[in-house]
Amino acid sequence: MFTNSLIRGLCLSIFTLAFASAAQAGLNIQQWKTSHGSEVYFVENHDLPIVDVSTNFYAGSARDEKAKSGLAGITRYMMTLGAGGLTDQDISKQMADIGANLGGSLDADRASFKLRTLSSSREQTKALEIYTKILQKPDFPDAVLSREKSRIIAGLKESATQPESISSKAFSKALFGNHPYALDEDGEIDTVTAIGRDDLHKFYTQHYGSQGAVIALMGDMSRAEAERIAESISAGLPKTASPPALPAVTYPTSASEQRIAHPATQAHILLGYPGIKRGDVDFFPLYVGNYILGGGGFVSRLTEEVREKRGLVYSVYSYFMPTAEIGQFQVGLQTKREQADEALKLVRETLNKFVAGGVTEAELKAAKENIVGGFPMRIDSNAKILDYLAMIGFYKLPLTYLDTFNDEVSKVTTAQIKDAFNRRIKTDKMVTVIVGADEAKQ
Amino acid sequence: MKTFKWWAFLAFFPMLASAETKEFKLENGLKIVVQEDHRSPVVVSQVWYRAGSLDEVNGKTGVAHVLEHMMFKGTKEIKAGQFSRLVAAAGGKENAFTSQDYTTYFQQLEKSQLPLSIKLEADRMVNLNLTDEEFAKEIKVVMEERRWRTEDKPQSKVNEQFKSTIYHVHPYSRPIVGWMNDLENMTAEDAREWYKKWYAPNNATLVVVGDVKAEEVLKLAKQYFGPLKARSLPDRKPQVEPAQTGERRVVVKAQAKLPYVLMGFHVPPLNDADKDVDPYALEILAGVLNGNASARLNQNLVRQSQIAVDVDAGYDMIQRGRETIFVLDGTPSEGKTAAELEAAILQEVEKIKTSGITEEELLRVKAQVIAADVYQRDSMFYQAMQIGQLETTGFSWKVLESYPAKLQAVTAEQVQAVAKKYFVKDNMTVATLDPQPITDTAPKGKPHVH
Repeated sequence: MFTNSLIRGLCLSIFTLAFASAAQAGLNIQQWKTSHGSEVYFVENHDLPIVDVSTNFYAGSARDEKAKSGLAGITRYMMTLGAGGLTDQDISKQMADIGANLGGSLDADRASFKLRTLSSSREQTKALEIYTKILQKPDFPDAVLSREKSRIIAGLKESATQPESISSKAFSKALFGNHPYALDEDGEIDTVTAIGRDDLHKFYTQHYGSQGAVIALMGDMSRAEAERIAESISAGLPKTASPPALPAVTYPTSASEQRIAHPATQAHILLGYPGIKRGDVDFFPLYVGNYILGGGGFVSRLTEEVREKRGLVYSVYSYFMPTAEIGQFQVGLQTKREQADEALKLVRETLNKFVAGGVTEAELKAAKENIVGGFPMRIDSNAKILDYLAMIGFYKLPLTYLDTFNDEVSKVTTAQIKDAFNRRIKTDKMVTVIVGADEAKQ
Repeated sequence: MKTFKWWAFLAFFPMLASAETKEFKLENGLKIVVQEDHRSPVVVSQVWYRAGSLDEVNGKTGVAHVLEHMMFKGTKEIKAGQFSRLVAAAGGKENAFTSQDYTTYFQQLEKSQLPLSIKLEADRMVNLNLTDEEFAKEIKVVMEERRWRTEDKPQSKVNEQFKSTIYHVHPYSRPIVGWMNDLENMTAEDAREWYKKWYAPNNATLVVVGDVKAEEVLKLAKQYFGPLKARSLPDRKPQVEPAQTGERRVVVKAQAKLPYVLMGFHVPPLNDADKDVDPYALEILAGVLNGNASARLNQNLVRQSQIAVDVDAGYDMIQRGRETIFVLDGTPSEGKTAAELEAAILQEVEKIKTSGITEEELLRVKAQVIAADVYQRDSMFYQAMQIGQLETTGFSWKVLESYPAKLQAVTAEQVQAVAKKYFVKDNMTVATLDPQPITDTAPKGKPHVH
């Protein structure tokens, strides 16, 4: 067990990473399409003897049907637990024997599979062989499925008792209603119970086609090697057309507030509104504006008002989660239950003032200095560059997106921020969820 | 205990190439370690203080961490809140963390901004303006942090009780964040006293990793830290945990659905990096039990017998307090009890004691050591962390050079020997979570509750 350590602030950068998108001059992204229609994004770099691969599919939880919620996540995970005749144990052992790391994740839009291996021939060849099997020949063994379902259900039961999970689940439901963005990535107890092996097969065949798959490659390989790797990944994927676009998100027509009882010492409060899409015309004004509101760590207005001036919270933040369709704009905090109403009132006042009044020139200047000046840290490792390649490819952002990022940030004006927040964030129609507060004092 | 994911890298301690690492010491005692890494035009700068919860006394637990918060509240020259604004305006990211052994402050910047970091850190090393007014607000923030981190997290509560059970005497028994009672009664004067005691150049290490020249870092350090005066530091009394002479148990009741079991054994930490054998064998043992998805605990208890939904093992050899534990923990599957999982984990330990480990397992863990050594070079922050942690805990960063060879030299027999030696009942402490239903306050008819 490692030394337990406390940190001064929550790592808010995880939220801003969702925006992170960057490249310095000289980050040479090569892009092409495989003969089977997969998009490839590649940066060649031989500083370290490492090869990183990320393969991405339009197979996130927003592709789930309500009655089988959780299927997308189980399919992604089960692919790594048996493929081409290799059992879960074979896969783990063989990967471990060569020091390769298999990773990946699932969100509402995307299912991703990541591989990190040494670039030496024996290790790389073996790692890619297993990785390719996982993507192309999943076995979905029944016994493993039943085991993993039990684990997921146990996790869901545990989450249902914890205020943090309760609040985020209720928030997504309240914000997105019948849109698939309301569905929990882990599913529900009943829907996970109902998922069978055939469902996984069907989901895989429909959503894991070579057409539109995005393969990002980074590190110690030549263009020719990268082409070969991408081709071999792409060639054995199902011959299915790219999935259709997701339905549009509808906006709340009136404000809502949901209070959920819980005995925790702190209330967990979330409020928000549908925010922006990837590639949205208002992306930069909202991004820079949100840095000032609640994205900029210790220097945001929310942190200043709620934490620094009054000591009401350890963490208060706001973020936009840009997704394929309009994603969450969320403001969140936790505070001693007795002072939940006081803190919430202050957060609302701060937000309302921000949306109505905009930002000052001094605030904008400071925000730009941080975002523009901090740009090199966005791409200072192979791991980070790989993630940006995958994001640009997956959301079909222009290849120049990285090169022009700082210019776009620099162009934002105070008027644009005020205008964008006014049009996009309706403070009189916000969705609010409060878990564990004392009764509202009206 | 799971905290932030980015922190989890400390679980395993691979080495790094040290070809470009240089060290210096100023006359006032400040240690400086610089590792040049020219892959990107960035730099990470960290100041490590040899002051953590290890150095606290009863009644004032949590003061090391409270002071860490107060370090952002201004100096004679820099107003409260300005520190973060100056770093932000330079494009920087910054934060700080407190552990049992140390308190660390860091900035990540574009390389030309390093002087700002050095200047600000030198200033707050001696010029902190710790006012009653700022303290009164910040102590409330820290209490919120404790609520968020511990009070409402059942497994954190178990971990807290576990620590105060497995250690009766050693200060590792106390929570880093401090007991709530101590936070409620803490004063600005307590924080000032801590600052005066421990914040001095001769109790700190500056670690810089990035696209810099070591000589230039030294020049900057001399310019800003050089004029600071060394201080006489308080005696650090050796604190030794008496040998445990019988099994210990603690039960924690908290609102949750699933039980949880956390077990620990006292084992030796690293004392002499050259001569020690057992710590390296224990490190390999942790890898065999839990180093990858095919390791014994996951394979046997999660995948095969399915008695657990997850299970974990860990050992941290680098401790300034020269006390450490080997920890095993897990969550039972539905319908299984904490006692059943405990028995199953102990059975796995027993198998290693009686039959040892296979050559295949040993080679697998070693293969991962080699790969991890390469992968960690992709993160400057990680490399700085390793250097700082070693220097602050009374070792040299040079331990990193010998570390992979030390692990490669471990034999299957040595692994079996440490299991036999330390995994005995009289040396065991077990903490369990007894989950309590959320009854009268349970939300009714809400779609998210099952």
